[in-house]
Amino acid sequence: MTPKATILTADEVRRALTRIAHEIIERNKGAENLALIGVHTRGIPLARRLAEKLSTLEGVDVPTGMLDITLYRDDLSEVAQQPIIRETQVPFDLRDRRVILVDDVLYTGRTVRAALDALIDLGRPAGIQLAVLVDRGHRELPIRADYVGKNLPTAASEVVKVKLQETDDVDSVELWDMEALR
Amino acid sequence: MNAPTSMGARPPHLLDFQDWTPERLGAILDNADTMLQVLDRPVKKVPALQGLTVCNAFFENSTRTRTSFELAARRMSADVLTFAAGASSVSKGESLRDTLEVLTSYKVDAYIVRHHAAGAAHLVARYSGKPVINAGDGRRAHPTQALLDAYTIRQEYGSLEGKKIAILGDIRHSRVARSNAELLPKLGAQVVLCGPATLLPPGLAKMPGVTLTTDPREAVRGAHAVMALRLQRERMAGGFLGSLQEYADTYQVNDTLLQEAESGAIVLHPGPMNRDLEISSDAADGPQSRILKQVENGQAIRMSVLYHLLVGRN
Repeated sequence: MTPKATILTADEVRRALTRIAHEIIERNKGAENLALIGVHTRGIPLARRLAEKLSTLEGVDVPTGMLDITLYRDDLSEVAQQPIIRETQVPFDLRDRRVILVDDVLYTGRTVRAALDALIDLGRPAGIQLAVLVDRGHRELPIRADYVGKNLPTAASEVVKVKLQETDDVDSVELWDMEALR
Repeated sequence: MNAPTSMGARPPHLLDFQDWTPERLGAILDNADTMLQVLDRPVKKVPALQGLTVCNAFFENSTRTRTSFELAARRMSADVLTFAAGASSVSKGESLRDTLEVLTSYKVDAYIVRHHAAGAAHLVARYSGKPVINAGDGRRAHPTQALLDAYTIRQEYGSLEGKKIAILGDIRHSRVARSNAELLPKLGAQVVLCGPATLLPPGLAKMPGVTLTTDPREAVRGAHAVMALRLQRERMAGGFLGSLQEYADTYQVNDTLLQEAESGAIVLHPGPMNRDLEISSDAADGPQSRILKQVENGQAIRMSVLYHLLVGRN
């Protein structure tokens, strides 16, 4: 089984993240008082990588956290299988910080909606921005990303697979037909 | 990400632990970690059960368990309908079944049932067609108490595997002892039940991983956790005990008895305590006591149980 197309190679993933890091610095006029919070699963390594880049570029250690949105999903009463709750870890005060929420793929926007609610329950950040590696369209809510690695027009019958070294032993973004994955 | 199917089919109710695999029980304990984190936040609430109504049906007095369940359900954003029998038409002779029919027409999504009769929660499960959590039925079972005990022990030792848990007191009348004797061995621990012979039904020795003894020193020797049960003073009338003093002299959990236990063994009590009867104040308030921890953990465990029973039902 092979993907329909490779959207980003390892080098392209790296460059996209470097560009996002630059955009973050530009928009926030530096990296002071920022925090990077990754959404489970692949948003977490992406947030850590962005933190490393910010540290190299600006010499600022930006704290990172992880967010599980299971208890905030809007489809909990409908799901057939019980979702596993994973760890939320935000070991710093959100007050007066601008938080950059990091996820791998932006699709319907429902995960981001849940993440915003989860985040605000943890404290009141000075602002929240959104960074994603891939924006594949098909939004069901009025949500947009502030930083996008790759805009990718897709069909609903397609699946975007983000693979990362930390979770999948390789960096790549692939486009698959849903049928091929069944 | 969904729960692996290796956990086995999900039981619709938590009446006892009969249908619950160790994996599923482990998942309840794991998720309680997250619930404890929620309780530590500025906003101690998550929207997971929004729109659902949970009925706290208490046909027997219990301030602690009822409060704990009520808060747990609220912290998960469920609406809570509290039905306390003393103040209701049950005292006017309405049957359990009639009461249930009335509650059902309020569109209740789940029941938490406390009743003095063993099997009451099973009855509610059968008639209501909704998920039921047994909050104590007669002397039969009190599963969320056992789960919070298991969780408290696990918090201390990381796992229950190979741990020895001594439970002392009125075993005969204790649903807490029965539920723990059912649960803890499923999670890999050994349970020793200990009390005067009149309060120690020999049949319990047939349960896997459970042994009985009337000798408190033997029960506590090498134990990682020592649990004292509440002694109901009214048992005196039943002729089960010579005198309370005699009981306390032999079976009280105190510093002397705890010297027999593993060093650092923790002290548990399901509450409310009869201080200086089944447990000394030194033991109850000492550094080994986890009694207040149990209360805190109880809320998290009940949130986790509600999540496990009410999410992903269709």
